[in-house]
Amino acid sequence: MLKDLRRLGKVHAPAGFAGRVLQAVGLVDRFASLESPLGRVYVAWNLHGISAVMRVPDEAAFRREFEALNGRTLERSREIPPALRRAMESGSAADARRLTYDLRSCTPFEAAVLRKALEIPRGQVRPYNWIAREIGRPKAMRAVGSALANNPVPILIPCHRVVRGDGKIGNYGLGGPQKKMRILEAEGVDVIALEHWAGRGMRYKGVASTKIFCWPTCAAGRRAKEQNVRPFRTERDARAAGYRPCKLCRPAAA
Amino acid sequence: MSDDERMQREMSMALARDVDAAFEPFVLAYQDRVFAYTLNLTANPAVAEDVAQETFVSAYRALQKYSPARRRALALRSWLYTIALNRVRNLARSPAAKTVSLDGRATIDVADRGAGPPEYAERAETLGELRGALARLALRYRGAVVLRHVEGREYAEIATLLGQPIGTVKSNVHRGLALLRADLQRRGHAQRSSALG
Repeated sequence: MLKDLRRLGKVHAPAGFAGRVLQAVGLVDRFASLESPLGRVYVAWNLHGISAVMRVPDEAAFRREFEALNGRTLERSREIPPALRRAMESGSAADARRLTYDLRSCTPFEAAVLRKALEIPRGQVRPYNWIAREIGRPKAMRAVGSALANNPVPILIPCHRVVRGDGKIGNYGLGGPQKKMRILEAEGVDVIALEHWAGRGMRYKGVASTKIFCWPTCAAGRRAKEQNVRPFRTERDARAAGYRPCKLCRPAAA
Repeated sequence: MSDDERMQREMSMALARDVDAAFEPFVLAYQDRVFAYTLNLTANPAVAEDVAQETFVSAYRALQKYSPARRRALALRSWLYTIALNRVRNLARSPAAKTVSLDGRATIDVADRGAGPPEYAERAETLGELRGALARLALRYRGAVVLRHVEGREYAEIATLLGQPIGTVKSNVHRGLALLRADLQRRGHAQRSSALG
């Protein structure tokens, strides 16, 4: 009988139990819908920070997908935190960095990728290999790609500002390449010119007056006069011509 | 230090730092233990779930009132057992719930849920009977037997959490087991004789 008594203890709490407890004490994720450059999105947050941004047709779809993904329940919020509204409206990297993010569902590597993407200023783009190098995992380009594809908080963490190594803008989880192009254009990136440049194999923009080379969208490089711009295909070409990498956009290790 | 103790230590430190941030991991860490305890005290999954939920809600309210030092000093699992037992005691006192928690027929079994060994299914009936018999024990025996032989706690821990001398706990456990055996035997006889009927 003692053995059987022991077995009585092998019980799991019912499905969704923890979620109901958290709801009862007011610790569930709250959510609201907001206007974004890609139309209406649903955003959820909790004590850890912003936990989800989704482009879904309606509230029911958001609840369904959020709960399937996180196992937590949602409660509609009557108010939108001002910092969230500001970051969503301005698209500014500084505003987005002021928010906190709930990345508990991400691995440490994925979180590092996302935090790095958060550094890319509005109106600029960086290639996947830049992120890989900056986080100290230069060979993990593919993993960088999937970490960005699984970004739980797109738009706010701007995975759309990360483009392919060959300069093409690449795919986007929130509605494909067209949506990526649309949001980048809304942020002031000349996507057509960028792809045109990339098409000719030009990856870096050198500035003759300073002997510095940048990523093509770097703010420092953008201020250069047209006659001073020197395109480079490779880092080696740029260095051979006596140029050093820009310290702001870090197109190569210094 | 065992893994279990280390986990408790880390959890109470986290709760001491920030109740809100640590509360979800706290619930996830102890929900199975608390639910098993309330289920074995009430023998009714629906009631057990309500009681388990109330247990965590009271725990949350208390944690918010406690100072960080007090939160750090909590023996979390024992503390939860204490809260849960008090809840069950209140339930037993309220006349509406009496039939639910103390009626031996309420023996819906969930012990075999999930990926247990196959013999669980065959034993489900026995386990259900056992849980029913437990629920018929007076609460002072039931609490002690469940803590000692279902939850596997040491006498010293049980004595502290029940606020009773260790001798009292031991005698309640032994008396409880004897009553349980007698109850099961009586039922077994009754069933066999009615089958022969």
